[in-house]
Amino acid sequence: MDLSKAFEHDEKILLKPIQEANRNFYITVGLLSLIVGWGFYAYFQQFQNGLGVTGLNRPVYWGFYITNFVFFIGISHAGTLISAILRIAQAEWRRAITRSAEVITVMVILFGVASILMDLGRPDRIINIIKFGRFQSPLLWDVTSITIYLTGSTVYLYLPLIPDIAIMRDKTKKRKWLYTVLALGWEGTPKQWHRLELAISVMAILVIPVAVSVHTVVSFVFAMTVQPMWHSAIFGPYFVVGAIYSGIAALIVAMALIRWVYKLDDYLKDIHFTNLGILLFVFTLLWTYFTFAEYLTTFYGAEPTHMAVFWSKFNGEYKYEFWGMVVCCLVIPGIILSNRKLRTIKGSVFASLAITVGMWLERFIIVVPTLANPRLPYERGVYHPTWVELSLLAGCFAFFILLYVLFTKFFPIVSIWEIAEGRKHAVAEVAGRVKTYLPDTYGEMHGVVVSGQEEKTILKDIQQ
Amino acid sequence: MAKWGMVIDLDKCSACQACVVACQAENNIPNSNPESAAKGRNIHWLEMIPFIEEEYPNTQMKLVPRPCMHCEHPPCIKVCPVGATQISSEGIVGQINARCIGCRYCTAACPYTVKSFNWFKPQWAKGMERALNPDVTVRYNGVVEKCTFCHHRLQKAKDKARYEGRELGPDDYIPACVQTCPSEAMYFGDLDNPKSKVAILARSRRAFQLLEDLGTHPKVIYLNEGV
Repeated sequence: MDLSKAFEHDEKILLKPIQEANRNFYITVGLLSLIVGWGFYAYFQQFQNGLGVTGLNRPVYWGFYITNFVFFIGISHAGTLISAILRIAQAEWRRAITRSAEVITVMVILFGVASILMDLGRPDRIINIIKFGRFQSPLLWDVTSITIYLTGSTVYLYLPLIPDIAIMRDKTKKRKWLYTVLALGWEGTPKQWHRLELAISVMAILVIPVAVSVHTVVSFVFAMTVQPMWHSAIFGPYFVVGAIYSGIAALIVAMALIRWVYKLDDYLKDIHFTNLGILLFVFTLLWTYFTFAEYLTTFYGAEPTHMAVFWSKFNGEYKYEFWGMVVCCLVIPGIILSNRKLRTIKGSVFASLAITVGMWLERFIIVVPTLANPRLPYERGVYHPTWVELSLLAGCFAFFILLYVLFTKFFPIVSIWEIAEGRKHAVAEVAGRVKTYLPDTYGEMHGVVVSGQEEKTILKDIQQ
Repeated sequence: MAKWGMVIDLDKCSACQACVVACQAENNIPNSNPESAAKGRNIHWLEMIPFIEEEYPNTQMKLVPRPCMHCEHPPCIKVCPVGATQISSEGIVGQINARCIGCRYCTAACPYTVKSFNWFKPQWAKGMERALNPDVTVRYNGVVEKCTFCHHRLQKAKDKARYEGRELGPDDYIPACVQTCPSEAMYFGDLDNPKSKVAILARSRRAFQLLEDLGTHPKVIYLNEGV
């Protein structure tokens, strides 16, 4: 086996997107920047005139911005959480996909935070959260949890980047100063490798409870009030499941785009999409189970204030959003992902796009109908977003994609060293691991070495 | 320590809405306009809400004046991230406009939907700014505001009583709505004093509170025959 040639090939292919930028790249960046600019203009209007430029009213005090907040924080569960779980579970197929997942988390979480800032009537007083912060308020729990998660995910993205940055420092000519600084003097000594691997595994374990806590406390913002259909005990796990669900969907879409644009068919292979598709199907079922449990309990209990919200979703003002959610989150992915023939890359991407839309609708259907149907049935609000809210939604999406695209132009989107490590050690390691699962052979049981040369080396590898 | 509370006798209320007007004038509540009304963005600290019983032709309609309930256990206070809405030792739920960040969590958490948000910079018809009450802060764009039981009147009454060297009397402090009510359907006083008029009325057979079962313990008590 000539591994060094394979490594050279990997480096060449995976560094190509960073070294070259074609016309399509500039067109994409230009278009995205235009949308982002338009979003800034819309926000400027709101900042100047007040939240009155939105479609919010009394009693629908929260609308698109809070929906976006929950949605973006949900998408952020794609990366760090999935990557950490796959790393801890030693799932070998993770190697090519962890980086693209982790980047989603770090980039999209910024827009979760931005959505909250957009929603504030007085963003200029944001410092009051620190000056007068009260831990009794679930919003403070959010601030804490999201800050930790953003920090943790950034570190967790950065650590496995270091060896790759060192490769770019040594082998590319562009932006040498940047990579020299970011590589932190990485030389690839055994001591450094040991420390890096230790740090990555510690971060992978730490980041999981934080990720779960993030979406739990996001749900608590709603569940801690006494409002009908918010005050629900399953909201924590329901939101976490929904978050991972939309997160995997976003990851599949992102991976398909990377594979298509940078022609990385050899790295992001069909098997990755198949595995993620199966994971996505598991979450389709989980999400459906939670949704069913939530709505059946409300329906069977039949409290009038709850039923007002329930019917506004089922056949009232919000029926299109509600049934749209059911189609996008259950029917489409259910049909596509349960069927091996349809679970192709195109199929999974279509299902994922449907889920992304459906999960946004789910967040909307949780936030708005409850506010529109308060307990005292005198204010009945109807909420129609204005151009400002629509522009800011488009702006957030465009800005997120823009940051993601730019990331792929600065850093390899598929981890080079992890692929190399996979080529070098993983095959033997996995074979050895499988062997430990099996019952011992006759010879091993009786202390007689009967296995061949190959098996000896494997056992040696395990011991090391 | 006093626990200020209000009793509204719906059997006496003629739904003239003088209390609403008095509240708007007393507390510098901005003028509404048809557009903001259509969007459901009018600011009201005290509002008449229609309460319709039975179907046609036996329809009975009541208009119920609804100020802030000044709950003993207010859901709005729990959720505020910056402590901009607080309950005083005398049971008045107030809003610190200068600290509010406008997240509208309190408005979303209030089961009575009595808090209002300033969607735009508040505006008055020309000339009306000169009629503003100097005792009450004019609010600004992007903050939440609410009924304070005319808290500024309590401060004034306390100052006056102190100056005159006497205790605060039962009629020294009443909110503008109660003072205005022509049919004398509204009462205000100390619920902790068992001999006060509001405490006696609150024990009446006709007494009820809005959404009693939520455990918020509202300090606005309604009286109505047959409820």
